[in-house]
Amino acid sequence: MIKLFKVKEKQREQAENANGKPPVKKQSAGELRLHKDISELNLPKTCNISFPNGKDDLMNFEVTIRPDEGYYLGGMFLFSFQISPIYPHEAPKVKCKTKIYHPNIDLEGNVCLNILREDWKPVLNINTIIYGLYHLFTEPNHEDPLNHDAAAVLRDNPKLFESNVRRAMAGGYVGQTFFTRCI
Amino acid sequence: MADTTAQPSRSRDLDKLLLRPGHLVGPNFEPGPELRDDLKEYAKVLVVGAGGLGCELLKDLALSGFRNLEVIDMDRIEVSNLNRQFLFRFEDVGKPKAEVAAKRVMDRISGVNIVPHFCRIEDKELEFYNDFSIIVLGLDSIEARSYINAVACSFLEYDSDDNPREETIKPMVDGGTEGFKGHARIIMPGVTPCFECTIWLFPPQVKFPLCTLAETPRTAAHCIEYAHLIKWDEAHSGKSFDPDNPEHMQWVYSEAVKRAELFGILGVTYSLTQGVVKNIIPAIASTNAIISAACALETLKIVSACSKTLSNYLTYNGVEGLHTKVTEFVKDKDCLVCGPGILIELDTSVTLKKFIDLLEDHPKLLLSRASVTHRGKNLYMQGPPVLEEMTRSNLDMPLCDLMDKIPKDIVHVTGIAGKGDKKQSCLRKLRVVFKGIDGVTDMDTAGGA
Ligand SMILES: [Zn+2]
Repeated sequence: MIKLFKVKEKQREQAENANGKPPVKKQSAGELRLHKDISELNLPKTCNISFPNGKDDLMNFEVTIRPDEGYYLGGMFLFSFQISPIYPHEAPKVKCKTKIYHPNIDLEGNVCLNILREDWKPVLNINTIIYGLYHLFTEPNHEDPLNHDAAAVLRDNPKLFESNVRRAMAGGYVGQTFFTRCI
Repeated sequence: MADTTAQPSRSRDLDKLLLRPGHLVGPNFEPGPELRDDLKEYAKVLVVGAGGLGCELLKDLALSGFRNLEVIDMDRIEVSNLNRQFLFRFEDVGKPKAEVAAKRVMDRISGVNIVPHFCRIEDKELEFYNDFSIIVLGLDSIEARSYINAVACSFLEYDSDDNPREETIKPMVDGGTEGFKGHARIIMPGVTPCFECTIWLFPPQVKFPLCTLAETPRTAAHCIEYAHLIKWDEAHSGKSFDPDNPEHMQWVYSEAVKRAELFGILGVTYSLTQGVVKNIIPAIASTNAIISAACALETLKIVSACSKTLSNYLTYNGVEGLHTKVTEFVKDKDCLVCGPGILIELDTSVTLKKFIDLLEDHPKLLLSRASVTHRGKNLYMQGPPVLEEMTRSNLDMPLCDLMDKIPKDIVHVTGIAGKGDKKQSCLRKLRVVFKGIDGVTDMDTAGGA
């Protein structure tokens, strides 16, 4: 291709600074795939999505879940989503921004959901993840504990777990930990 | 020395390739001293990365007759680099890799000029990348490869028959190593598969379940990931972890050691901590040398046509004995990054609403309920309702205005394609050309993602 490079290099020398094109932002393949995921979202009434940075930043968004059954009925929980430019090769990073008493979500907001880590596959999408998160509220499970204490209580004393969840959601202490109201 | 036109150069072996005809040469190969001189004068090569592979690449390319090299790397030299990144010395620790690497090669190889760029690849304008004849990648991250690939493919233009225009092809040569394994590949956008066409070649990163890390760690890596992913947040509310900050890394290391002691697990070291957190497999100097040699040779072959190029993906495995193999991967014709996209000609008066309706009737698309995005701006979103509302007012505006009156450019659409039972959701690349706008010239860039 050297002949071509030679021609181009000579053209370039002549046309030094002749192009005044505005700088262009590159849209990553991840952004494009996300655009598809987002435009096809089909969320249950209990889940709501919002875009804090406006309509042109889909890579950072928030999802609010209001469970309509189970232990967490009446609560409102906010999750932040961060999408990588190589999405869906890499899973979204999801954190729970509402402090929650939950066996599978720790007090820092880390979420133990298999499809967010070891079981993520590029065929999955944002919809799957949101449904997976919703499922954590209807079926919290003590077998994948991130909050060790909450998991033990759920396993050994579901009644106490229920009242602990209520107390946390209403705003108050469970053990040494204070939870802000989220009802 | 005799004064002949084909005076032997200091690179006798290179002369054998460039001065003599052959049977296995590439198209339009014209051996002779002019080729040798043109290589020096007109071939401009960018090396992306000045780490283990980058050091090798700069040396190999400089010794292969290339005189105009530039190198870009955002990292500074660390002590742990010195065993294999042979251009660096102990006293260089803390200095930018790109600058030291450029200087060392220029000191040793007279006549070669290497311009270093100590910055992130995203910091450069797209036009910076367009100046190079060829881009050689010595990187260890998928993100960075994906970015450079998208940039290089964005210069690609197709003619009206969907054939790539040769003068817009920005060739890339990509090397990669992990321990005793490596690959070298050539990417001719529009001709051979681009990085995105075959991203599945990269195995997904191993991610441990968080609850395993929190409850039942069994390995040193589990302890490290616990410190990195869970303990860090607990101890530093709000401050995000920076893998390039040695203090942060040290903190994670010491927490991982505590964790490992608690569970009676052996094997947590500082370098393993770096490896796990940055997802790096220990680099082997000889693998870098082998892969770099293959990449430098392919670069020389693409530029000079002195031999047919690799087609198009070489894997090397030195774990047991030596195994190497070349696979010819094929392009994804619908690739959003390197594919031609579907050509659509429009009047400047066509509104976004009208455009979306047109897509439904377009024989190659039959796309209903289309959402439209252009250069990172979402022009219209069918859903979710919050975005539909924010973009609805665009529907009555001319598409041409929404696209900043750019005469031809790429637009991406998602929607439901097909009719009847064969409906499926899809994401498509379109080449939109507006009729009757001044300034449609051959040099306008219409390719890329
Ligand atoms: Zn491609």
